[in-house]
Amino acid sequence: MFNRPAPMHLPDGFLSTLVSIVFWVISVLTLAYALRRAGKDLGERQLPLMGVLAAAIFAGQMLNFSVTGGTSGHLLGAAIATILVGPWPAVIVMTTVVSIQALIFQDGGLLALGANLFNMAVVGVAVSYFVYTSLHRVAPQRPWSTLVGGFVAAWSSIFIASLSAALQLAISGTSPANIAVPAMAGIHALIGVGEGMITVGALTFLLATRRDLLVREQAGSRGGVGVWIFGLGIALVLAVLSPLASANPDGLEWVARQKGFLEAARAPLYNLIPDYVLPGVSNEALATILAGVAGTLIVFSVTLGVAYLRRSRKNTV
Amino acid sequence: MHVHFLDPYRQLPSPVHALDGRVKFVLAVAFILTVSLTPFGAWPVYLLLLSIMLSVEILSGLGVGYVLRRASLALPFVLAAFPLLFTTPGTVLLKLPLGTWTLALTAEGALRFANVAVKSWLSVQAAIVLASSTPFPDLLLAMRAVRIPRLLVAMFGLMWRYLFVLVDEALRLMRARAARSGLVRQPRHTAGRLRPGGSLAWRARVAGGMAGSLFLRAVDRSDRIYVAMLSRGYDGEVRSFTLQPVSSGARVTLVAGLMVLGLLWLSGTLVWG
Repeated sequence: MFNRPAPMHLPDGFLSTLVSIVFWVISVLTLAYALRRAGKDLGERQLPLMGVLAAAIFAGQMLNFSVTGGTSGHLLGAAIATILVGPWPAVIVMTTVVSIQALIFQDGGLLALGANLFNMAVVGVAVSYFVYTSLHRVAPQRPWSTLVGGFVAAWSSIFIASLSAALQLAISGTSPANIAVPAMAGIHALIGVGEGMITVGALTFLLATRRDLLVREQAGSRGGVGVWIFGLGIALVLAVLSPLASANPDGLEWVARQKGFLEAARAPLYNLIPDYVLPGVSNEALATILAGVAGTLIVFSVTLGVAYLRRSRKNTV
Repeated sequence: MHVHFLDPYRQLPSPVHALDGRVKFVLAVAFILTVSLTPFGAWPVYLLLLSIMLSVEILSGLGVGYVLRRASLALPFVLAAFPLLFTTPGTVLLKLPLGTWTLALTAEGALRFANVAVKSWLSVQAAIVLASSTPFPDLLLAMRAVRIPRLLVAMFGLMWRYLFVLVDEALRLMRARAARSGLVRQPRHTAGRLRPGGSLAWRARVAGGMAGSLFLRAVDRSDRIYVAMLSRGYDGEVRSFTLQPVSSGARVTLVAGLMVLGLLWLSGTLVWG
């Protein structure tokens, strides 16, 4: 129920090291700025609020409802966090949620965490903020603008974040863009509807009970113009880029090939062991099999050795 | 009902559990980095990395079975790499006719797919061993030791502290929903499973109301926490204990571990890079 791997959380091994590190750098820079903003703009009482809100989003992911055929809608939370506490604190809240999911529950990898943070804490929050404030501004006094804004913000945060994840997979050469983009976008267009419905339900409840929470934050989220522009930009770039990449996977392949050329050019420098020409393919196959057998033997002897040492120590203690 | 079952930490008397959390944290991250940097096709290096991982799992007393069971939770994601089987050009092993299309499974594709799966599998094991053998407060110390900003570490700590309280709240909400919204026995084709009644929109609204209620309780609780913090002298500054120096034994383990991983990375890059 709890350790359900969401398709949005990329595990380790799926992204190339370069992509992982680039997104780590982007996420760390954004987070550092968000922490500085949060330290400067916000009152000291925001700290417990952000911590408990992160826990509530985590716990809120349990509140699923059955959709059909064993699938269920549940909350990811970027939109509701943005609406409740404003963009910069929401980046911190989502960072906390996503990091703990990766560190403790292996929902997403550690090296891939930079990319996951980018998708869910940076893109998710920025897109939510852009969509919500734009729609809410249409009729700020009316409850429907909050609800419509909440639904569209929740849906688009999921959808755009999934496009970002799909492109990361494609750039890494793990999944070609013409398969990854439609697959991720299709699944998350549906997941986003569930997210939107829960967000609307939560907002309806909060509007009825504690309207001041929503009003206060709308007044307090000043200086969000940069976030708004970034949200607009990232939504546009990803929405335009991913169909393009999907239609011309050759473009990304070209990038990958360039990388391949670079590696090939670099290879002779490292190539200490020359290619031995083995007489006949069968011998080469045999050599591979022998290497495999030897490797397996090494694994098992090391493992057994450790197990044996451990047992004998247990006996003596 | 309490949800301590969520905490993956298992207290056991083992050298892995006894090792300084900071060293374990750095070594786990270094291990995952090494796995990621090991080039495609360097199978002997992967085998050695696997043997290290299995040894640590046995040494930690967690048991290989436990770790592998948990690791299987991350398996479904391998689907994302599935297209590699068919899109990598190379020797065709198998042709699957699919309507007007023909999917050609290539040997190179199978190798690449296996490579991604193995990388992912090794990395998730390292993360599982770290989380299962290190208490959360030690992980927080480790994060401070690697210079993660204090405010963020404080957030992690606060979240962990209240996670269990709020999950309890969520479970209470779910119990209340089950008690009130009635369970309708479904027709035979769904194997007679119980499912809450009402239309989809209604179910979504109920779940949303529960989420809203959970957030409201969280906000109220954070008000109380803030008052409690104020009354204990909180002035907006996050304070924490000074870090103890890492013991010399743990230092040796750290250096040795990093050297082994570095050596594996180097041999992988030199021979297969």
